[in-house]
Amino acid sequence: MRRDRLRVAAYSVLIGTVLLALWQAAVAGKPAGKSIPGPAAVAATAAHMLAHPFYDNGPNDKGIGLQLAASLGRMAIGYTIASVIAISLGVVLGLSPTLYRAVNPYVQVLKPISPLAWMPLFLYTIRDSAQAAVLVIVMSSLWPTLANTAFGVASIKRDYLNVAAILQLSWPRRLVTVILPAAAPAIVAGLRISVGSAWVAIVAAEMLIGGTGIGYFVWNEWNNLALTSVIFAILAIGLIGVLLDAGLGRLSRRLSYQE
Amino acid sequence: MDDIFGRAVERSVERAIFGGEVGRRAFIGRVGASAAAAALASVFPMAAARAIAQDKPGPPEKKDLKVGFIPITCATPIIMAEPMGFYKKQGLNVQVTKASSWAMIRDLSINGETDATHMLSPMPLAISLGVGSQSVPYVMPAVENINGQAITLATKHKGVTSPLQMKGFKFGVPFDFSMHNFLLRYYLAEGGVDPDKDVQIRSVPPPEMVANLRAGNLDGYLAPDPFNQRAVFEDVGFIHLLSKDIWPGHPCCAFAAKREFASSAPNTFRALLSAIVDATQYARDRGHRKEIAAAIAPKNFLNQPVEVLEQVLTGVYPDGLGNTKTVPDRIDFDPFPYHSMAIWILTQMKRWGYLKSDVTYRKVADEVFLAGACRDALKTLGYRAPETTSVKHVFALGKTKVFDPDKPDEYLASFAIRKV
Repeated sequence: MRRDRLRVAAYSVLIGTVLLALWQAAVAGKPAGKSIPGPAAVAATAAHMLAHPFYDNGPNDKGIGLQLAASLGRMAIGYTIASVIAISLGVVLGLSPTLYRAVNPYVQVLKPISPLAWMPLFLYTIRDSAQAAVLVIVMSSLWPTLANTAFGVASIKRDYLNVAAILQLSWPRRLVTVILPAAAPAIVAGLRISVGSAWVAIVAAEMLIGGTGIGYFVWNEWNNLALTSVIFAILAIGLIGVLLDAGLGRLSRRLSYQE
Repeated sequence: MDDIFGRAVERSVERAIFGGEVGRRAFIGRVGASAAAAALASVFPMAAARAIAQDKPGPPEKKDLKVGFIPITCATPIIMAEPMGFYKKQGLNVQVTKASSWAMIRDLSINGETDATHMLSPMPLAISLGVGSQSVPYVMPAVENINGQAITLATKHKGVTSPLQMKGFKFGVPFDFSMHNFLLRYYLAEGGVDPDKDVQIRSVPPPEMVANLRAGNLDGYLAPDPFNQRAVFEDVGFIHLLSKDIWPGHPCCAFAAKREFASSAPNTFRALLSAIVDATQYARDRGHRKEIAAAIAPKNFLNQPVEVLEQVLTGVYPDGLGNTKTVPDRIDFDPFPYHSMAIWILTQMKRWGYLKSDVTYRKVADEVFLAGACRDALKTLGYRAPETTSVKHVFALGKTKVFDPDKPDEYLASFAIRKV
């Protein structure tokens, strides 16, 4: 088992090194500033930015740490709202097959809409760009959780529900002690997909609205064609995405159970 | 046009006389607004009160303000007024906030997230008329810059010298309601190219233009600087024509606010306008241009190399075809919003089918372009101001053409290429 892990790690490092070497080879010899920057230039930018991640030079120029924090904060609000709505609605739909089938066509139509397509409508109606961005996150992280919750609840073993009925448990207790724990693995799987799509959407939304956040940072650096900063931001976005996913992965392992 | 201040004074006098807003409304409700004002004028020297109010403006009603901008050199006075202290001088604490596109600028302003804003000079007209937007009354008391735009073409089109060679091109302009769109259309049509049939014109946010030109997504654009000069700097394009060679002295960007803001906080509005006009006049002096380039280059503002901004602001620049040009008035700054400029813009909105209904050109121009307010601001600051609000404009392209603001319909009818 341990040797296996070592081997995986060695392969990972090897793949990484090869990719970096290819990248460096592709840009070597090209004049600086006229082509894609190499890994060394990106590393220099990264070191520079990570040295002062929380500087604040006014509304349009903040450190990468503050930008990431702004994005994560915005996402946390939208994601929480979406999760509460999706789980509550999902439980109702999961318990009632008739309702599920009645609502399903609407969900299917709404699901594939890019969350960003809602942006102009939100801006027009809510008249607040920060809230519009949060709502975009809500739209992006609603459907996977909703669908998974409904599926998870619908496929709870009838035995569990029957036992709960025989014991004459009250509805709230039935929900907390039987339904939610039984459907938990499916719900968390949905939450995990949702957190990914929320993180994808926030970057794009911030590029549109401007102001703060990692998406705005990418856009601002793009204006200046400062590609080293853009590449560094891409890596940072990826890394945060991995951490978010790993967090929910842990949660899902803790909530899984054997029947 | 200066009714905003005038009416605010009238209203406060009325309020004082009738013991508050309720009494005032009751009285006006009974006799009508103009009768009420006339009745009052007979007992109270309203004209004198107005004059006093304009001579000695009170303290600003609101000191912490947000002003939106797009990171382009057209916004120079709006931006530089923050780091160089022009807002502070008027007792205002202004935060200039960067927006990503003109649609965002419009929505941030309409939604009240910014108090006043950088706009393209056709935008306040279009928004007031409800064209391409919900209808919200706007005022535009100052132009930011005149000239300062250019047609940039991708390097692969180096041989192109005339509009006829541009058939099939994909062009970018910053926004439908922009001088860029109207000047590009004017230029193409004068050269015998129908901008709606022979080429494609798309809205692209200015900061994204260079990237699109490099990607081959656009063949060229008529855009604000620094993005023309930046294309040269990046070796992806060349400057084909400066916009001043289409219409010398054309207005471009502007300073605008909702009419509601101007009338509900007249002192703030006036102080803000003074700061902008002062900064614009400062930028007008060519001796200040290098200092300004350094002030607006940082990440917080334009986020551009100082070198590029200097080339734009001083007018000494490489054109991307191997020449170094010296054009001191490549960009210039003049705040005065002539009504005739608004009328020209309205004729072009009609010409290209954006404005479908008939409008009274003069009335719209008078309501939106606050030439009187700008004149007052100029005079208060000790600058000279034009006495006339309407002039004939001369277009330079090929054979000179004159736009007479008194004959907009004849002007419109004189174009062979137009929609409808």
